[in-house]
Amino acid sequence: MTLEEKVFAAFKDAFDLEDGIDRASLVYREFPEWNSIGHMTLVAALETQFDAMLEANEILAMSSFDKAVEIMAKYDEH
Amino acid sequence: MNTDLSGRVALVTGASRGIGFAIARRLLEAGATVVLNARQIDASIVDQLAGPAPDRVFVQAGDMSDPEDARQLVRAVFARHKRLDALINNAGIMRAAMIGMISDEDMRATLDLNLAGPIHLIQAAARLMARSGGSIVNVASVVGMEGAAGQLVYAASKAGVIGATRAAAKELAPKGVRVNAVAPGYIETDMTARLGDEVKAQSLKAIGLGRAGTPEDVADAVLFLCSDMSRYITGQVLRVDGGMVI
Ligand SMILES: NC(=O)c1ccc[n+]([C@@H]2O[C@H](COP(=O)([O-])OP(=O)(O)OC[C@H]3O[C@@H](n4cnc5c(N)ncnc54)[C@H](OP(=O)(O)O)[C@@H]3O)[C@@H](O)[C@H]2O)c1
Repeated sequence: MTLEEKVFAAFKDAFDLEDGIDRASLVYREFPEWNSIGHMTLVAALETQFDAMLEANEILAMSSFDKAVEIMAKYDEH
Repeated sequence: MNTDLSGRVALVTGASRGIGFAIARRLLEAGATVVLNARQIDASIVDQLAGPAPDRVFVQAGDMSDPEDARQLVRAVFARHKRLDALINNAGIMRAAMIGMISDEDMRATLDLNLAGPIHLIQAAARLMARSGGSIVNVASVVGMEGAAGQLVYAASKAGVIGATRAAAKELAPKGVRVNAVAPGYIETDMTARLGDEVKAQSLKAIGLGRAGTPEDVADAVLFLCSDMSRYITGQVLRVDGGMVI
């Protein structure tokens, strides 16, 4: 899996998404399920997917799908 | 159902002596892998504790009044064990002072360790614990429930811990993480030894069961709250005070 696919797998898991969804629509507080509770679900899914523990500043900075990919790059071993 | 904790990982702060040390020993006896923290702690404690199970004892020094040390402690647990089933926020200090004599430094040190410390650890540990479900036990104090003259800041810090316990219990219940507190009364440790004989005599008179508590008295209550025996209990404060009236 590429980095982007791994991040998307976590998003799918957290928000129950279809494969074809427009990834640009995945924005914190704009995408309906991505509220503050959904945010913690997403972080947990990303941590499981990447077997990592995120820092508080990374959690706060994760405002869109693209931003999540950028942040998770650091934890991508493959 | 019993108190077997085999295969589970527990983290105890302030575990080099007193109540924290007794908690670590109980959890170890119950089969858990235990990570012990304090500011000054080294591998020699493994010899004192481990007996037949040195492979289940780990030591990680750190100052829990420093948010970065608190996060680093949880990161170390994650790196080594990949899971955390029980977090015991035990590290704490008590600096008695009458209201007019509370220094800014005493206030800061007490709130940073006793109140902000557990909050930082809960924040860092919650998601890791949610992976397997788990139990958080905060060591509060009867003084945080009742107040005591000369202990304004300490009482405020422990009352704060009780509030944090109840809030975290609500937020983490859907994740299968239970959060409770114990509120010890007068327990014989270095902390109370410093209070002197007069305070001790007075405290003893106030204890219904007629004796001071031991660290093991508290550790047994913590073991109960960490184990599946308490699987349906969350958001509670369990007094371990021998029926003390303050
Ligand atoms: N004894 C009582 O009667 C009583 C009653 C009610 C509640 N409590 C609570 O029970 C808890 C334990 O008390 P105790 O009587 O066992 O105290 P203690 O004998 O003084 O032991 C305190 C422990 O905390 C550690 N510690 C202190 N500052 C720390 C820091 N900044 N970061 C990490 N660890 C730190 C100490 O090791 P280092 O100094 O090496 O860091 C030691 O291991 C405290 O939260 C206390 O408020 C005690």
